[in-house]
Amino acid sequence: MAKIQPGDLDKIAEKIKRTMLLREGEYRAKVVVHMGTCGIAAGARKVMSALMALTDQEQTKDVLLTTSSCAGLCSREPMATVEIKGQTPVKYVDLDEEKAKKVFFDHVLGGKVVEEYALATGSERVG
Amino acid sequence: MKAFRTYIMLCAGTGCVSNGVFKIKEVLEQELEKHSLQDEVAIVMTGCNGFCAQGPLMVVKPEEIFYQFLTPECIPHLVEEHFLKGRPVKDLMYVPPEKEEVIPELHSIPFFKDQRLIAMRNRGMINPDSIEEYIARDGYRALSKAVGSMKPEEVVKEISASGLRGRGGAGFPTGRKWESRRKDPRTPKYVVCNADEGDPGAFMDRSIVEADPHSIIEGMAIGAYAVGASMGYVYLRMEYPLAVKRMQYAIEQAKEYGLLGDDILGSGFNFDMQIFKGAGAFVCGETTALVASIEGKPPEPRQRPPRTTLWNKPVVINNVETWANVPVIIHLGAEWFSEIGTEKSKGTKVFSLAGNVNNAGLVEVPMGITLKEIVYDIGGGIPKGKEFKAVQTGGPSGGVIPAKLLDLPVDYEQLDAAGSMMGSGGMIVMDDETCMVDVARYFVEFTNDESCGKCTPCREGSRALLEILTRLCEGKGQPGDVELLEELGESVKDASLCGLGQSLPNPVLSSLEHFKDEYEEHLNNHRCPAGVCKALISFSIDKDVCTGCRLCAKKCPQDAISGEAKTPHEIDPDKCIKCGVCADVCKFQAVLVT
Repeated sequence: MAKIQPGDLDKIAEKIKRTMLLREGEYRAKVVVHMGTCGIAAGARKVMSALMALTDQEQTKDVLLTTSSCAGLCSREPMATVEIKGQTPVKYVDLDEEKAKKVFFDHVLGGKVVEEYALATGSERVG
Repeated sequence: MKAFRTYIMLCAGTGCVSNGVFKIKEVLEQELEKHSLQDEVAIVMTGCNGFCAQGPLMVVKPEEIFYQFLTPECIPHLVEEHFLKGRPVKDLMYVPPEKEEVIPELHSIPFFKDQRLIAMRNRGMINPDSIEEYIARDGYRALSKAVGSMKPEEVVKEISASGLRGRGGAGFPTGRKWESRRKDPRTPKYVVCNADEGDPGAFMDRSIVEADPHSIIEGMAIGAYAVGASMGYVYLRMEYPLAVKRMQYAIEQAKEYGLLGDDILGSGFNFDMQIFKGAGAFVCGETTALVASIEGKPPEPRQRPPRTTLWNKPVVINNVETWANVPVIIHLGAEWFSEIGTEKSKGTKVFSLAGNVNNAGLVEVPMGITLKEIVYDIGGGIPKGKEFKAVQTGGPSGGVIPAKLLDLPVDYEQLDAAGSMMGSGGMIVMDDETCMVDVARYFVEFTNDESCGKCTPCREGSRALLEILTRLCEGKGQPGDVELLEELGESVKDASLCGLGQSLPNPVLSSLEHFKDEYEEHLNNHRCPAGVCKALISFSIDKDVCTGCRLCAKKCPQDAISGEAKTPHEIDPDKCIKCGVCADVCKFQAVLVT
């Protein structure tokens, strides 16, 4: 490869920033897909794959995708919780790939809660 | 660039590699594929994580879940539970000593919580074989800043202002060393990284090279620019094959990117470097012996002054950790750096914590932290509820520091004053079952073996010291031996040619200072109070405590223990080889060591 110049360091860093930021634990928005046995049976893996593809497509740098166990409301799976830093988390129910896409663009990127898919805001108190 | 939702940071330091981390990686890959997670979850092989006692280990990002003592068998369950279903597995998490509740996150574990990372800033964060990941963590910015916008003398000034001192042990101010070489009119000049780490129990330099080789390359390139050097050598011992491999690969990458070679970053500055593989002699860590070795001569030290040169040309030799600090100082500024630490010792120090301590591993702490904090807060205290006796710092050149000095703040001056030294950062914790005479004998045996033999005080002095210490341990001490040790130790210290000889009596002299009664017990009463020296101890069974469980009799390799089940046993002193297995296995503390 050609020898790099001072400005190229930023370009290299920027290029792989997406893979590095999550390691540092920095994020603006966190999407938790609930992956209990019930969730997986209802299609949670497809929802996750769709979200992964969307983060790639949009080259997001500050969206953290993660899984957690069954959210307890098995009949409304697949479910996901969207948490924008500093705001109350929102639980979405009965998701599919299309709905996940809308949630991703409107809420995760746009900051606007998709009320028609939302179950409620907030997470249960733990402990 | 493709991102993943989860990163498994799998430790690939030498400790975890020895414990089979590559087998674990293989099973992980199979299991991730089985659940079609290979596009969602990435495995990153990192350098040493530091918490070596718990390896093989991984940290799962972004949640920062710390998993320890991994085995290939536990991986299928882990992948299904955590990576597929999002349920972290408690069984593989860290449990603090004498507690039951697990601590899931790395940053909440006391071992990591109190550390401050500068030299090891990228540990567990990057793949050491990826220059791009190093760059993404602000790598090579300091080099770019130095060659692009600073004059060489400004770089030296910045390093001087930071208060950085040599991390190899002696603590010489790095800026002052650089300034004298910068002013030297002779050319070409050289920079050398001393990675000839040879102290028993020390592994910090190896771990830094393995975990973050680019930090050394960048530091050396900055140093070379500052003093006007055009060539650099990394003096690495062949016993560190993984470090050699990673450093070699990193140098090749840096050349490919134009960060080594001609006209670096378009500045007109030329610098190249290569590895020099040492054969692993302890004396090669001494700078004059090290340059002799690079020059192709026998690695024997010589008198200083005159100042050390390489092929009669100026050379800057700094330790691995010193070089690793340089980019951070240039990037964040001397002022930032000098706010950390004590008045005369700035920044942090990496220690390899080993011996009788719960959390053995690699720690980086601010200068001025107390020994107590290192041993108890980070190290988690002494295993099996035993008593702390002493901590040995500085390896074979250092000394022992007793319990009464545990509140000592760790910096160059304080450790010197206590009769020990910073050394390169080995820290061996000893419990009350450690014999100080035996420890001194062990270290002198090491230095006697490693003495190059060029000067008489070191060659013969270490042999004589070893003879006296050996006969004390065998109960054959002669009247006046303790005084002789002191006198001889002081003479070897004064008269030896290089640092090896000048410091080899330290383990003897410091243990004499703090534990003289132990020496006297060996000499006068032929007793080893710690129950270590085999010639002075005997094993017997307390008839009132023994339950006759037969366990010791079954485990004894000499069949020296007799007795019917449920009746007290007996040890045949003629058969007993004093291996101590019976005492280790007995559940009732019925084996007496006297």
